[in-house]
Amino acid sequence: MAWETVIGLEVHVQLSTRSKLFSGSSTTFGAEPNTQASLYDLALPGTLPVLNGEALRMAVKFGLAIGAEIGKTSIFDRKNYFYPDLPKGYQTSQLNHPTVGRGSLTITLEDGSTKTIGITRAHMEEDAGKSLHEAFPNDTGIDLNRAGTPLLEIVSEPEIRSAREAVAYLKKLHSLILYLGISDGDMSQGSMRCDANVSVRRLGETAFGTRAEIKNINSFRFVEKAILVEAQRQIDLIEDGGKVVQETRLYDAEKNQTRSMRSKEVANDYRYFPEPDLLPVVIDEAFIASVRDTLPELPDVKSQRFQQQYGLSHYDAQVLAADRDTARFFEAVAAASGDAKLSANWVMVDLQAVLNRQELAIAQSPVAAADLAGLINRIKDGTVSSKIAKTVFEAMVAGEGSADSIIESRGLRQVSDSGAIESMIDAILVANPRQVEQYRSGQEKVFTFFVGQVMKESKGKANPAQVNELLTKKLKG
Amino acid sequence: MADLLDQGIASLAKSLARKEFSSVELTGAYLSRIAAHNPALNAYVTVTAEQALAQAAAADTARTKGTAGPWAGVPFAHKDIFCTHGVRTACGSRMLDNFIAPYDATVVERMRDAGLVMLGKTNMDEFAMGSSNETSWYGPVKNPWNTDLVPGGSSGGSAAAVAAHLCPAATATDTGGSIRQPASFCGLTGIKPTYGRVSRWGMIAFASSLDQAGVLTRSAEDAAILLQTMAGFDPRDSTSVDMPVPDYLAGLGQSLRGLRIGIPKQHFAQGLNPEVEQLIRSALAEFERQGATLKEVSLDNSHLSVAAYYVIAPAEASANLSRYDGVRYGYRCDKPVDLEDLYKRSRAEGFGAEVKRRIMVGTYALSAGFYDAYYIKAQKIRRLIKNDFDRAFAEVDVIMGPTSPHTAFPLGSKSKDKDPVAMYLEDIYTIAVNLAGLPGLSIPAGLLNGLPIGLQIVGPNFSEDRLLNVAHQFQLATDWHTRTPGVAAASRGDR
Repeated sequence: MAWETVIGLEVHVQLSTRSKLFSGSSTTFGAEPNTQASLYDLALPGTLPVLNGEALRMAVKFGLAIGAEIGKTSIFDRKNYFYPDLPKGYQTSQLNHPTVGRGSLTITLEDGSTKTIGITRAHMEEDAGKSLHEAFPNDTGIDLNRAGTPLLEIVSEPEIRSAREAVAYLKKLHSLILYLGISDGDMSQGSMRCDANVSVRRLGETAFGTRAEIKNINSFRFVEKAILVEAQRQIDLIEDGGKVVQETRLYDAEKNQTRSMRSKEVANDYRYFPEPDLLPVVIDEAFIASVRDTLPELPDVKSQRFQQQYGLSHYDAQVLAADRDTARFFEAVAAASGDAKLSANWVMVDLQAVLNRQELAIAQSPVAAADLAGLINRIKDGTVSSKIAKTVFEAMVAGEGSADSIIESRGLRQVSDSGAIESMIDAILVANPRQVEQYRSGQEKVFTFFVGQVMKESKGKANPAQVNELLTKKLKG
Repeated sequence: MADLLDQGIASLAKSLARKEFSSVELTGAYLSRIAAHNPALNAYVTVTAEQALAQAAAADTARTKGTAGPWAGVPFAHKDIFCTHGVRTACGSRMLDNFIAPYDATVVERMRDAGLVMLGKTNMDEFAMGSSNETSWYGPVKNPWNTDLVPGGSSGGSAAAVAAHLCPAATATDTGGSIRQPASFCGLTGIKPTYGRVSRWGMIAFASSLDQAGVLTRSAEDAAILLQTMAGFDPRDSTSVDMPVPDYLAGLGQSLRGLRIGIPKQHFAQGLNPEVEQLIRSALAEFERQGATLKEVSLDNSHLSVAAYYVIAPAEASANLSRYDGVRYGYRCDKPVDLEDLYKRSRAEGFGAEVKRRIMVGTYALSAGFYDAYYIKAQKIRRLIKNDFDRAFAEVDVIMGPTSPHTAFPLGSKSKDKDPVAMYLEDIYTIAVNLAGLPGLSIPAGLLNGLPIGLQIVGPNFSEDRLLNVAHQFQLATDWHTRTPGVAAASRGDR
């Protein structure tokens, strides 16, 4: 029996505003506990919220980037529950009138095909503080630095059908928020957190199965593993005659399993109602237009342009456009070298390998865009072959200087002097009469033998195109 | 010196300006009077004598230097619902008995910046939930007109303090009638401004969409002065309105000729004490004498206002009071065994019965399955009530009627284990005004068996200037606002 997994993702993105959603406290990560908590963050009596306009702009920016309806009137609501790190006893969120309405995100799968995933909504809400258990033997410490930090909760439709699609969706979302500059997207610091709603059904069924919600998965890899293991758990359960219960589960990365956190029967009744301390947020066209003006060229559009302007393949264009810094680097190399395809190859293959090896972001590349373009220019003008260029590149990575200086100092310049190549060829033909005979009797495969001999004699520096041309002439002549 | 304790703000400011006495002398006189009479009335819960004298000295210095504002050095009292930096702000609750506010409310800041001298903090119903000042953790306040009676609530402490001349004026708040009803019971002028006119920053929330700060004074003129000081946009309160504040004092000289007064028939119906009605009708006749015309209007949905209010206000309160959890500040139960115990006992012991009742009512009204039937329905009624007023104000300039159906009632007669709904009905004429967000004012309009009764004047949004002028014109022609209770009269024996 074939099974289908149905997945909906809820992603919390921490907006990178300088101050909190409703107070002036700083949002910097890692400060001493409770040093970034204002009167409002501490929920002192009489304090009131004031909406951070920058957070609103960021939410609208995201909405425009996913082609969403922007809520002209968005309303904040109180979500009531008691928890020690929730100082007011309610979280201010948006229930029925979120700032960002229905939109979509198009993902590219490994086989190159694309799929559009609907985004139900994205609403603004404040984060809670943190409970600290370790440092206090019999007590719990409360750190309210994070309380009130602005979050955008992005809710997808249940249109994701595999763990891999889920990861592709998350990576696309991650790329987008970095492009927009609305979050640092750092999953290890909780700037992007993911809850996955997972259910299974027999292939061909139209009704959804009962879902379980897996909370707070903090890396792409864990999302994939958590979904796989949860889907399998549900399939096994059903096949054994059991029933999936609607509940919240936690993914344990060490054991690679999910376990029940709480079931819906004992779930909170959050008693949402409109936050009376905040007026409805009314957004006009002028505001939306002013935000639209700040939108950068987005990955999909950039990828299209790369294909048209530079003649890149869909795949190459996608890879280069997915990350804003990579795209910027590529375009700088292409502009300085005038050869987009070579530039794309060098950035995607050789440079990426170095970055991966040294665990660097492209912004910290050991080879500057202009220097890489310098090397590509030497390939184009025949100063070095592609093969020798790799040697030059490694030296550049090691900090030995520019392509030109390395080529000179190491004597890597390609031999393009036809006289020199001709005399090498003459000597080789004389030394290998049997192979000459073979070639002339029609065994043209021995041609590569001669090329090899010339390259060996020239220590790889002979211009391969010239070698081909002269060899052909001499052998046929 | 005793005479000066009978003066209002306007008159005191003139005397201070003429240096007839200093603010330190005036403040000292009030502090002595508080020491003598507060024990019998329980109007103040905190007296900030040292701070008051320091503020008074600073005001005197400023006056000598010529840098003092017009009201500098005039004493007053704050309702204990406003956060006062470094001074206990308990809001009538055991929950906040140990709470020293680390910041000033905007209202407190503005009064201080104007050089007004805070004498102390006044008693109130717990978290402003009550109409008799009997729910306070600090015990009931006695009505200075008759100490067997309640002063009204929730601003009962402020009302009693002003009526007994323990201060010339006091701040107060009004969520369903908490300024106007005590004004009526204690023979004072009390104004609840338009929602959004005065900042709520630092004012401890009961029901956020209804709460509004105002003042209790001995005249409309004094109310104009204090409201001027308090009102205006505050970026820290998103519901405060960014609109210029008119010069209220300058607007007090307008004739009432041609003023159209709406008389809501529902406020003169069953339940109104006939003698109260008679006094209110006499007051209305005075307005007619001054050239105003009376016109009956109908507030069709007014009978629904108390029911709608007792859904919306508790719903908001249930969330507003969640922060009192024993975790960060305020009351914490002794030796909690775990988190749930900490929550349950801190809240069970820290809150009084009426507060708990309203938290439960509000929690119920917001619960899954009941939300539409209660909260949404109540909001719809709220809209209908607002529409009723809008329709009325298309035809009239102000609406007048009794503030309360009767005079002050005996302590204990409607509280304790009796039906809470009887107490809720206290605010039958005032609550709709909060639901509609309108400004409302109560002025003394007569005495019934030696007890004051109040006339309520309601206007359209931001018509405080009109209401104050209408009240002032009445007070120029009548002397009800100058009547004082026995305890105040007795204290004048030392002159």
